[in-house]
Amino acid sequence: MSVISYILAAITVGGGLAAVLLKNMVHCALAVSLAFAGLALLFLDLDAQFAGFVQILVYVGAVAILVVFAILLTRSSETPKDGGVFSPTWLAGLVVAAAVFAVIGWAVLNSVGGLSYETAVPAVTVQQIGQELMGRYVLPLEIVALLLTVATIGAVIVAMHEKEDAK
Amino acid sequence: MTPLAGYLLVAALLFSIGLAGALTRRNAILVLIGIELMLNAANLNLIAFWRYGPHPEALTGMMFAIFSIAVAAAEAAVGLGLVISIHRHAQTADLDEMNRMKG
Repeated sequence: MSVISYILAAITVGGGLAAVLLKNMVHCALAVSLAFAGLALLFLDLDAQFAGFVQILVYVGAVAILVVFAILLTRSSETPKDGGVFSPTWLAGLVVAAAVFAVIGWAVLNSVGGLSYETAVPAVTVQQIGQELMGRYVLPLEIVALLLTVATIGAVIVAMHEKEDAK
Repeated sequence: MTPLAGYLLVAALLFSIGLAGALTRRNAILVLIGIELMLNAANLNLIAFWRYGPHPEALTGMMFAIFSIAVAAAEAAVGLGLVISIHRHAQTADLDEMNRMKG
């Protein structure tokens, strides 16, 4: 990893940490946008240009806006009066997360040595990706299109204002 | 440490942060943010394995990551819609107060 990878990794991890730890929900949304942007830059650093730009469009552009709207619509930017922002069983959750990190880190450090091919930069163009999407991956692409349609309609119906509740 | 191991460790750290957020926060939206962080960490793994794998020209890891991003976007839309709907019903987004399945 080069110096710039370390800087990008620090930005991403710092954004994630801030998103989990901050008290104000709007600050959390901004921090998670920073983490998403850092991940997009990490993708660019890994020579996956298309995935990086998709990450910026989908996450920084759409998901972050959705999160901000949900926060403002549920008025959860106000900090709760009792007991803070963490659940009473936060210690158990922290222990589980630390244990998961320990196991994954141990597995990575002990197994990955034989797998790192120091290959040249893969010359992948957007045209190749498009041809793969329209050729070998056309069925998954159609299924994803259907899934996105269903999810859009489902989200609108679930969040729609019901008339009988308005009275 | 090889570059692949470095990226995998960053992804593991991000996954653990997301898991800690999903397990410890009280607000449902923050739990969804934690889940998004975990999904993003998995995407970073896919891209790193694609870049340092034996056949990057086959594009499998990249395709998996792109489809994963699409599915995660659908999940975020439905999840946040559910949170808004539950908030309208129960007047709270606090998971500790959502202890009944019947409204």
